[in-house]
Amino acid sequence: MKVDILIIGAGPAGMAAALAAAPSGARIALLDDNPAVGGQIWRDGPQAHLPPQVHEQRRRLAAQSTIQLLTASRVIAQAGPKQLLVEDAACARVIEYDKLILCTGARELLLPFPGWTLPGVTGAGGLQALIKGGLPVAGERLVIAGSGPLLLASAATAQANGARVLQIAEQASWAAVAGFAAQLPRWPHKLLQALGLWHPGYRASSHVIAALGDSHLQAVRLSINGQVKEVPCERLACGFGLIANTQLGQALGCRIEHNSIAVDNWQASSQVDIYAAGECTGFGGSEKALVEGAIAGHAAVGDLAAARHLWPQRQRWQGFARALQHSFALGEPVKQLATPDTLICRCEDIALADLREHGGWTPAKLASRCGMGACQGRICGAATQVLFGWQPPAPRPPFSPARIDTLLQLGQPE
Amino acid sequence: MSQSADIIIIGAGIIGAACAHELARRGLRVLVLDAGRRAATAAGMGHLIVLDDNPAELALSQYSLQRWRDWGRDMPADCAYRQNGTLWLAANAEEMAVAEAKYQVLREQGLDCQLLGAAALQAAEPELSQTLHGALKVGGDGILYAPNAARWLLQHAQIELRMARVVEIDHRRVRLDDGAWLSAEVLILANGVYARELCPELPLQAKKGHLLITDRYPGRVNHTLVELGYVTSAHNASGPSVAANIQPRPTGQLLIGASRQFDSEAPEVEPWMLGKMLRRAVDYMPGLAGLNAIRAWTGLRAASPDGLPLLGEHPQRPGLWLAVGHEGLGVTTAPGSADLLVAQLFGETAPLAPDAYLPQRFLGVAAHA
Amino acid sequence: MPELLLDGQPLKVDEGTTVAAALLLGGDGSSRTSVSGQRRAPFCGMGVCQECRVSTDGQRRLACQTLCRDGMRVESRP
Repeated sequence: MKVDILIIGAGPAGMAAALAAAPSGARIALLDDNPAVGGQIWRDGPQAHLPPQVHEQRRRLAAQSTIQLLTASRVIAQAGPKQLLVEDAACARVIEYDKLILCTGARELLLPFPGWTLPGVTGAGGLQALIKGGLPVAGERLVIAGSGPLLLASAATAQANGARVLQIAEQASWAAVAGFAAQLPRWPHKLLQALGLWHPGYRASSHVIAALGDSHLQAVRLSINGQVKEVPCERLACGFGLIANTQLGQALGCRIEHNSIAVDNWQASSQVDIYAAGECTGFGGSEKALVEGAIAGHAAVGDLAAARHLWPQRQRWQGFARALQHSFALGEPVKQLATPDTLICRCEDIALADLREHGGWTPAKLASRCGMGACQGRICGAATQVLFGWQPPAPRPPFSPARIDTLLQLGQPE
Repeated sequence: MSQSADIIIIGAGIIGAACAHELARRGLRVLVLDAGRRAATAAGMGHLIVLDDNPAELALSQYSLQRWRDWGRDMPADCAYRQNGTLWLAANAEEMAVAEAKYQVLREQGLDCQLLGAAALQAAEPELSQTLHGALKVGGDGILYAPNAARWLLQHAQIELRMARVVEIDHRRVRLDDGAWLSAEVLILANGVYARELCPELPLQAKKGHLLITDRYPGRVNHTLVELGYVTSAHNASGPSVAANIQPRPTGQLLIGASRQFDSEAPEVEPWMLGKMLRRAVDYMPGLAGLNAIRAWTGLRAASPDGLPLLGEHPQRPGLWLAVGHEGLGVTTAPGSADLLVAQLFGETAPLAPDAYLPQRFLGVAAHA
Repeated sequence: MPELLLDGQPLKVDEGTTVAAALLLGGDGSSRTSVSGQRRAPFCGMGVCQECRVSTDGQRRLACQTLCRDGMRVESRP
């Protein structure tokens, strides 16, 4: 399969990039590992309620005969120059491209704490995604903890689907949260969003201490502004902010700066013909992603005037991104939640006590098996970076678990 | 400059660790220096296998296998030692004849082995391709997890392990990258492919290999499965080659090899080579295609021109002892390599005739003789 | 409405339901047993953590990124 423009990630950035590039007549493939377009924020499903704007975007995408949607498809390896090996549920193929736009988004930072492996405990954005996909939560008691605006968004989704949100514990201080809120009038749309999401159980300077239960979550121990409190509940959703998904960019040789894919004014990465847009270039929400995606799409087809026209808009949302990152910086307490017997590596069940003696990621991995499981250190690598300052290793193919059948296509003549 | 130990070993991989273990057992104070670079012990398959390309290789691997079986009784669980046996797979009548010849050679040495016809092979390993003609089973072969086996060998009061990179060897002393000099009566060079940096005259060539491991699928494979093409054709070519090698790890994962390249020392996984290697493995075990792979990596084997290690004192550099050039057999032959080296050091009769492994065969006679 | 077999039991779900949701709609929500014997359930919800690996029609896949289809056989992992 050969396309002019291959876009990885069909969230706001990827959708905007495809729509911006489409008028040029270029053949475009828009790929995402989820079953539908929309990314994390506009994830569809039986319990999702998408804003009208999203339906409009999806309608416009579907109307473009030059845009091919490849959902439930994952990039597994670089097959050759300007070629990616892609797998879906049924088959695998090599896609050749002229220009590549990485809109790989972000994932949640999931930090270990006692009990975090119990069924009933999920990520915060994770719970939101699971609910949209049909996870029943009606009547369940829910505690949300961690950091960032996603906690409120997750609470809103859970409440809309019948859960009772008992408490939201934000690790940042009231001063930080208030400082962030005070800046919101600069982005009135965001202020309205925040007001709509406000919850009376929201507490700053608060964090999870432990998830309690034998085989399933039964209660959560929290530190609420210094006071320890136990809250019986069926569900705990914990997310400590976002991490840009830079692995694919890094594997393709793009320069990484501040844990994000470095881009110039045209959203071009350090690698020729590879662009990046949205959360993978630094998180800042869907508005930033939309405008960056559009700039990348225009630039990739050579419409520099249209791209330049969007620069002021991007600047505005990048300001919001800076405010966001500054206000919800992680404090020390949440970096020290794990106890010696807390599992850090969930794939191989490796506890904190088995890691501490080692001087870095590689010796710890070799000696303990931490990071050797199916997630390939995506979760524990991010956690040990926060806990110990260990640098996770560079990504290698296969970038995700893949059928061996898929890998057989590597080095195979077309 | 301080004399910090009786012996300094450069390299804490399986070879350096086995040497340190044997020396410490004899009461010597051993300082092991390791640069923490990516190296063969961490990259390899941990396959303990008797190879018989020549009598010296057979003698060294057979002797070492017995030592591993002895150690296996004491090794902690995280060394993942298992005596699961190797099945040498014959894809056709010609390879079955090779299996029979190999059987004769190994039986003469008193090794536990057995020829399996096609039906017996299917019964032993039902996941294998039904087109195979049979196999030779070598029962004493095994597997282990070499990084932890090396760590276990180094756990001794007489052994100090220090993370430091040696940048120069000068007579009986070494200079570290921080400028410090350390000295000892005896230096042992056991840092695999990196030995060339400290001893450029060593005839070592890097042979890059790829490996891939699957998610956990317990119970699918019992023995380590190796194609006989490994010894007949594929791997004897001078160009890039692959051979099917499928090893069941105690975790239930399958470790899949093997590839060989002479022209590349870059650490990157090369997609075309990974594809080629996996196509070969799937030829032998079709069901592999439906399993999930979770990780691939590469390593470098340090090979000598005749495929045998260099074990003994450097003929022109008194005090510098060599334990390098093990190619893909370092983990297998570590115990025998250590015993051969230490016996020479102590002027004792070695458990094996040491001549075939002496560095003199490449480096010439002793200048100080 | 697609009807699938979850650990041998028939289960009808709404169109667009993920296998991760089906695990709770038709069972206790758990997806697999960990290396040390703990039951685990979908965790990150977005295709990263691999906790929700189940067998769907004989293939090991992520429940959170797989939609239920009519006639699909899903087995959580013992």
